[in-house]
Order: sequence, then structure tokens, then C-alpha cells
Amino acid sequence: MNLTHLTRRGLLAAVTGFAMALGVTSTPVKAQTPSDVLIVGQIAEPKSLDPAAVTAVNDFRILVNVYEGLTRYKSGTLEVEPGLAESWEISDDGTEYTFKLRSGVKFHDGTDFNAEAVKFNFDRMLDENHPQHDTGPFPLAFFFSAVKETTVVDPTTVKFTLNEPYAPFLSNLAYPTGLMVSPEAVKANGKEFGRNPVGTGPFKFGEWKSNERVVVTRNDDYWGDKAGTEAVVFRPITDANTRVAEMLAGGIDLMVEVPPTSLSQFQGDGFNLAEQAGPHVWFLILNAKEGPFADKRVRQAANYAINKDAIVNDVLEGTAEVAAGPTPPAFAWAYNSTLKAYPHDPDKARALLKEAGAEGAELTFFVTEGGSGMLDPVAMGTAIQADLAAVGLKVNIETYEWNTFLGEVNPGLEGKADMAEMAWMTNDPDTLPYLALRSGAWPDKGGFNSGYYANPEVDKLLEAARTATNQDERARLYKEMQVIVQEDAPWVFVANWKQNAVTSDRVENFSLEPSFLLHLQDVVKK
Amino acid sequence: MGAYILKRLVSAVPVLLGITVIVFLIMAMIPGDPATAILGSYATPENVEKLNRDLGLDAPLVQRYFIWLGNVIVGDFGRSYSLNRPVLDEILERFSATLILAGVSFVLCAVLGILAGVVSAARQYGLADKAITFAVLIGISVPSFFLGMMMILLFAVNLRWLPVSGMYAIYGGGDLPDLLRHLIMPASALSVVATGVVARLSRSAMLEVLRQDYIRTARAKGVPERRVIMGHALRAAMVSIIPVLGIQAGFVLSGAVYIEMVFQWPGIGRMLVDAILKRDILLVQGGVVFVAACYVLFNIMVDVAQSLLDPRIKT
Repeated sequence: MNLTHLTRRGLLAAVTGFAMALGVTSTPVKAQTPSDVLIVGQIAEPKSLDPAAVTAVNDFRILVNVYEGLTRYKSGTLEVEPGLAESWEISDDGTEYTFKLRSGVKFHDGTDFNAEAVKFNFDRMLDENHPQHDTGPFPLAFFFSAVKETTVVDPTTVKFTLNEPYAPFLSNLAYPTGLMVSPEAVKANGKEFGRNPVGTGPFKFGEWKSNERVVVTRNDDYWGDKAGTEAVVFRPITDANTRVAEMLAGGIDLMVEVPPTSLSQFQGDGFNLAEQAGPHVWFLILNAKEGPFADKRVRQAANYAINKDAIVNDVLEGTAEVAAGPTPPAFAWAYNSTLKAYPHDPDKARALLKEAGAEGAELTFFVTEGGSGMLDPVAMGTAIQADLAAVGLKVNIETYEWNTFLGEVNPGLEGKADMAEMAWMTNDPDTLPYLALRSGAWPDKGGFNSGYYANPEVDKLLEAARTATNQDERARLYKEMQVIVQEDAPWVFVANWKQNAVTSDRVENFSLEPSFLLHLQDVVKK
Repeated sequence: MGAYILKRLVSAVPVLLGITVIVFLIMAMIPGDPATAILGSYATPENVEKLNRDLGLDAPLVQRYFIWLGNVIVGDFGRSYSLNRPVLDEILERFSATLILAGVSFVLCAVLGILAGVVSAARQYGLADKAITFAVLIGISVPSFFLGMMMILLFAVNLRWLPVSGMYAIYGGGDLPDLLRHLIMPASALSVVATGVVARLSRSAMLEVLRQDYIRTARAKGVPERRVIMGHALRAAMVSIIPVLGIQAGFVLSGAVYIEMVFQWPGIGRMLVDAILKRDILLVQGGVVFVAACYVLFNIMVDVAQSLLDPRIKT
């Protein structure tokens, strides 16, 4: 009897103690986020806040609010407009770019932004003998590998001399790798600069608590329009389900990359859904060097056989659009809008296969479990396998973890596979075709043309577009290239991803950019 | 006793060295390298080679191992590629978060488990015993990550009593009540299975002891039942309960990986998963060696505790 007594009494005491502890702490969790402070759910902890040192979109989302580049993308487009540079001139041969810088701009540490600072930024990345080169590595420095020399003409004028004409240069300057850092802060902090970032942007760095939050606060000395919120807090929440739960519970005000299957939970009141197609293309690399896909008709048959509408609507729940060719429509100025996607036509596919004598061919298909921009690769791969089976092709899927997958695919598919999934997000219409469709970009030459596609006409057009400095001329060349590539079908063109984001209804003035960057300076929170 | 502890500590050194070799080899053998992980789509052979050189990964394997080992011995675990900060800072921060979570869960599972076991045994086949046995069965069967997600849905999303995830409130907070509020769900979810196991084994250990002659003698002498159970029986049963607790401590520590993912607890389990996916070699090696060292140390502590309780176990 005594024992039960004690247990009951003990239990009672324990429960009371627990309840009291709760009572102390049970201030309402509801509306836990203060007004004027925007809380953003990120998909991971940033690696670094040094723009030259990072490669992930997740990190870029913070960076573009703290730093600015010489150029930037005009809101809602992928066209370049002046940023920290007010204007520029390009020499007739396309190898000299002279920028007139905005005057009176200061870094958050009070030092001047000027031509010396620009030169410091590029020398740090590109010159191995620069005293601050050891603050790297700078994995995307090759974006500026065309730069031979950066020269200070006067405090507000800086000149870049290129090795050869390189039309994507202006667009690469607008990419986060080209954001300007404070030279004094880099000198003072060395390798720790990435944790103590100093730029010129509308927000300045507040604090970084590892695995918990990165806080940026309004820069009251900003040269342009001041930011709409007092502060922005970026929270890393790696698990997608937990991110959704935080959004539903009011723990964050804004989340990006909402899983397609969770979208329906945000349809009701209290939330706003934003969508924006971006410079992304999801495709299948076909091995044009050997096996059935060496025949153009078989490659076209694959394009006809795969039901892309079903993939974007059912597998991806409408979070993507059907791709027609190698260039995403987000590059509005360079996209050939007369291009029509291959329709889903199994009969035509069967006829083409018969013509090519490839009926019943057996194919090896590399699928990844997940990776940057890969959307839902296993489900998509399975759907593709079923579509190809319907026209009599036997597809064997081999699944790899992302890094292993890249290690298999990037060196080329020869002797290993007939097809592989792939996705790219780029900032200029030049990047993807130049690195993945030219004959000069076969893997043995250091490129990403893992399916060994080669067409001299395409090579010529891409080289010409890269050196043309007139945008209309470039657009014409890219449009012509898209027609040829679509006809040759070195890839199965599958989908262009629409990035999405959910905001609570306390958030106003938010929009997504086609660049996939997250500009928050105009956002207001009630 | 001092000599015994020293002997055990010395014998742990080869174990730890073996672990360093195994971890190093595994990280070297798995496909993919940090440069590919960092560069993603831009991983041309040329870029990968340059970045690997910049990261100091172009030296031969054996040479890299000894450089690393030499640095670790003097306390330098290197710098993480994926987080761009010293590995040791990250490990210590993450490990203390895991210790808080696992520690609270362990205390919960030990106290509740033993209590449930004792009550069950004292009231064998009674209503309390049956109720506890049933609850324990359910507790053991439900996967903790599933339980965690259900708890989030109920207590955080629907009722809004508790925060969904994290260790501290993102704004305000940072004090002990704030920490406790964030701890309630993950610590309970993590302790459920272990509590069940401890309860079951405590029950059978107690039943075993309660059948002994000296218990009957104690009762015959008129010792109050409470003292018979808590004083005589439980004390004897602890000898077989403590090793179970040791095993459960390890279980709680490894189970923390899932719970840390679900509740975004900034612990070392989540850190290791991320680090492996990013091929962050130094962070994985440092983390695994650190956790292994703690594990070994904990085992030694359990053995010592056991020998203190039971003089028959020779030191």
C-alpha cells in the first residue's frame, strides 16, 4: 500500500512541477514573430556570406540583400541594368569594358566604394598572388576567367580588359559571384570575412548564430530607397516537412521551395503563394555517340514518347512547365517563342523507332536520388521509364546519390549509359548550350556535353553569339540555335521549373525574381 | 579503482585509432569528393582538380591521414569546407546541443522506465502492471520520428502550445524556460522507446529479485513493503538494470539523429548527416571520432558504476 501511496504522491508532485514549469513558459506562441521583422525559412545553413566563395542559391538569397554588384537584373526579368555602376561603354572589338561608378556609395564599415575596391574584388578572386587570395577558394571564379586585367582609371572609373570578346560578361557581373565586398573588411577579417560580411546593400549584417539564424538589419545610410523592414532573419530548416509545419504554425513569415505535395495546405486564408518561372531546364542527356540514341530518329522518338504534360502536372503538381527546347523561356530576349514542344505522340514514336530499326531496344538510364534543381528525380525517372516502355523500349534504371551521380555523368556516358537525368540553372543564355551542347565541350575537353552531341552549325552559332556585343544579334543567333537543337534532339526536353514561395498575409510587396534570387528590400511586414 | 580506470582508458586508445583509420578510409572510398559537391553542375574535371588542390586534397592518402592525425592529436581538427569554420567549434557547439537533448531524454527514460518497471513488478498481473505493459508495448512499437511529426502537428500546428522546431526562439527567448519549451517534444519523442525497454527489463529484474529468499526474510521480519521494494529489491536489481541503461544511453544518442532532423535540433547527428551529403571530409572525421571517444568514455563509466555497486565484479 505504501508503495502506491508514494508513487501517487510522487507522480502528483512531478506533474505539478511540470505544470508549473510550463505555466512559467506558456506565453502564447501565436504571433510569435514581431512586426517589422521578416523571418525567412531557408533550406540550409549558409556556407559562407562571402559572395566569391559560395555556389548555392540558398546562400545567394541572403547575399543579394547585403551586397550589390556593378550590374543587376532588372526586376522581373533577366536583363541587365546598372547597379553600382551607373553606365558603361564597350569597345568596338568587345574586349574593353569601361564602367562609370556611382559616387558617394559607402560600404557598411564606412569605407568608400570606388574603382580601387572593384579592382581589389576581381584581383582577389583571379590573381593567385594577391595577398587576400587565400581567403578563398573561389569555386566560381571562372565566371570571370575572360578578365585579363582590371584597371583603375580614376576613382569612379574602372576598366576591364578581356582576353577575347565575351558577351555574357555583363550578365555574369549581375550574378552573386560578382557582388562587391569591402576590401578593408576582407583585409581585417581574412578567412573569417565570410562570417563578418560587409557590402553596400540595403541591409547590413547583424549576427550569425550557427544553425539557428542569420540576421541582417536595415542599412539607414543606403544610397537608394531604404529597406521596408527593420530586420530580416534567415532560419535554416533543412527538413521540408518541418519547414511546412513552421509556416503553418506562424514560426516563419516566408518560405521558399515549398514541396509540391504541400502546396494545397497553403491555399486557404492567411497565406499567399508566389510562383515564378526561372532560368532552369530539366532534361535527359541522350548518348549520341553509341547505342540506339546515335540515331537522330530514336532521340526524336524518345521526345515524342515521353508525356511531359503528365510529368509537370501529376508528378510535379504544376510546379513546372513543359520545356520546348534547350533555352528556358525566362531568358525572354533570347528565347525562340515560335518553338513548339514535342507533343506526346506514342504512335509517331513507334513509327520512328521502326524506321530506325530500334524497336525493343534495351536502354540504361542514370537517375539521381536528388540534387540541386533536380526536382523529383526518382518519380520523374519512373514516369519516363513507363512512357518509354509503352513504345516498346526496355529501360533499366540505375539510381545514384547526387555526388556519385555527377561523378558518373560529368565524365561522359560512353560505355555506361544511354540516358541520364540532368538540370541546370544559369544566368545567361550562353552558359548551358556553350558548356553542354558544343562539340568543343565534350567531357574530354573539359565541358559537360556528356552525350557527345556535335553539330558544326550549332558550334558556329554559339561561338558567334558569345562574341557578339549587340544583344539583338545575340538573340537572333540563340533563336536559330534552338531550332536546330530541337530538331537534332540531343536531349529529351522535359521541364522548366517554377520557383515558388509562400508568405503569410502579414507580408506585403513580395515577389519572386526569374533569377531565383530573393530581393527583400521592398518587402513590408505588418 | 584508479588503476582499473587508467587501464580501461589506455585500452581505449587503439580502439579510437582504429576508428580514425576506418572513418578516413570510408570517406576516401565513397564516390564523390568535396570539390564535386561544392561545384555541383559546374564540376568540370579542370575545376574539380583546381578546387581539390586549393582544399589540399591532392596529397596522397597516407600522407593526408598522418597530417590529419597529427593535427587532431594537438587538438586541431581543421576547417570545415561546407561551413567555413573550425571543425572543433562546430562539433563542440553541436555536441552540447545533442547532450542536452539526449541527457534529458536519458533521465526521462531512466526515471520513468525504472519507476514503471518497479510498479509493474510490485503489482504483478494487477491492473497497473497490465496498463503499463500495454503502454510499453505501444511505446516500443511507434517509430520516434513518426511520433515526433505527429506531436508537431498536434501541439505546435493545431494547438500552438509549443514551438515547432529549433532550440531557442528566434526572437526574444534564449533563456532556460525557452529552452525547456523547445525541449519538451523532442526529448519526449526520443525517450519513448528507451523508456519502454527500461521498463520491461526493470520489471523482469525486479521479479527475479523479489523471488529471492532474503526478500521473504525481510518481509517475515516485518520490514515495511516500501522498504522491501525500494531498499532491498531495487538496490539488488540495479546491478542488472544499469548495463541496460548504458545500452539505452547509446541508443538515445544514436536515435537523436532522426529526432534532430524532425525537430531541427542543432545537434551533432544532423550535422553528420549534412556533412556526409556534402562530402565535408574533415567535419565527418572530426565528428565521428569525437562521438566515438564519448561513447567509449561512457562505456567505461558504466563499467565503473557497475563495479562500485556489485563488489563481485572484479576491478
